[in-house]
Amino acid sequence: MTLDFSTLLPYTDAILEGLVTTVWLTVVTTVAGIALAIVVAYARDGSREGPSGIVSRLLGAYVEVIRNTPFIVQLFFLFFGLPALGVSISATVAALLAMILNLGAYTAEILRAGIDSTLKGQHEAARALGLSRLQSFRHVVLMPAFSRVYPSLISQCIIVMLGSAVVSQISVFDLTYAANFIQSRNFRGFEVYLVVTLIYLLLAVGLRLAFEFVGRRLFAFRQGGSS
Amino acid sequence: MALVSVKDLHKSFGELEVLKGIDLEIEAGEVVSIIGRSGSGKSTLLRCLNQLEQHDWGTIHLADQRLDGTAMSPGELSQNVGMVFQSFNLFPHKTVIENVMLAPLVVKQTPREEARRIAEAVLAKVGMSEKVDAYPAQLSGGQQQRVAIARALAMNPKVLLCDEVTSALDPELVGEVLRVLEDLAREGMTLILVTHEMKFARDVSDRVVFMHQGRIHESGDPQTLFTRPRTPELNQFIASVL
Repeated sequence: MTLDFSTLLPYTDAILEGLVTTVWLTVVTTVAGIALAIVVAYARDGSREGPSGIVSRLLGAYVEVIRNTPFIVQLFFLFFGLPALGVSISATVAALLAMILNLGAYTAEILRAGIDSTLKGQHEAARALGLSRLQSFRHVVLMPAFSRVYPSLISQCIIVMLGSAVVSQISVFDLTYAANFIQSRNFRGFEVYLVVTLIYLLLAVGLRLAFEFVGRRLFAFRQGGSS
Repeated sequence: MALVSVKDLHKSFGELEVLKGIDLEIEAGEVVSIIGRSGSGKSTLLRCLNQLEQHDWGTIHLADQRLDGTAMSPGELSQNVGMVFQSFNLFPHKTVIENVMLAPLVVKQTPREEARRIAEAVLAKVGMSEKVDAYPAQLSGGQQQRVAIARALAMNPKVLLCDEVTSALDPELVGEVLRVLEDLAREGMTLILVTHEMKFARDVSDRVVFMHQGRIHESGDPQTLFTRPRTPELNQFIASVL
């Protein structure tokens, strides 16, 4: 077998289109998924009784269902299953929704570990200053919790980015879909998947570097002392 | 009526009765030190005064308003009672000035400019003007505790509760924190301190309260209390700590 990467040249546009889709799916998912996780973590952190207890348990069920089922099944359920209930959504919307729900559940659980490790004194200081539970969560608890679990959070976002390859199965034109598409035309599987593998690798490294850059800004307070 | 008025206060943790009927009146401007062995209920009493613990029985009045968990919102309460903790409890992700500005901004909804002015003023009072942009992790324990005092003062409380505020400090850092408290006392701030610093209790307090097994066992002006204790328990306690 001789390698011939020039066979890919006619398909540069397809690869670019796939790359753009994968990147924007990842960026939107990361932002929306983390936002969802914050809401879920806050609601689950509350009282286990009364109306908020029911909400807390429902959200607990959501987190467990997502974490204990395959991503591809979740995706198929949204795309092929929902129309049976009369809710029809496009492949792209289904992909985005599945990815956000997935990242939201995992991140909520990661974040909960950070929230649970908040020292009692922080809560007491916030209460003594008159902050409400929400104010205390937002201004006192959240940022240090994030800083404690940040490495796990980065890994989770990379997993979701790589997992987004699965959305090609419902014909979303992402990077993997582009690869399959090209391979089915030019039959140069080795070249195509080698290039796409390298692109995913670069994306993962880039995503990690971006997260670390943001982390250094956000968590500057951790440098320079013992506590 | 006294600024703080506690009547027949009871508090249990499960089976353990920690406060067995406390009566205490504190006038505005008074400096009261609460002393006693660990487990005597002194910290619990302090924590009931700002409702970090809910009492089971009895009443607490603060500036003529009754506290029982619902009568005063946490926001209102924090403008009446400030608290400083043994372990400082500064917010690690906020700079010194952000720590001090947080409650005025969020709880009182003070405009940012004014909150900053208030923060700068209270930080000047505790001698921390140089460090406004430092993070807590960059400060010594004594500096952190002075910021914590400033943070409580920023809400302009009528009473400041101090729960063993020097116990977590290296000995050479205790002085700077006590000096700040002395200044506050001199300015007429009402202070209620749970403390193991007997010298400070004797020199700065208007009144010393000795707690023993969940009750106020003896109280009075510091000179009399320390030199002529009436009860054997206080006598023993003084002998053990001096």
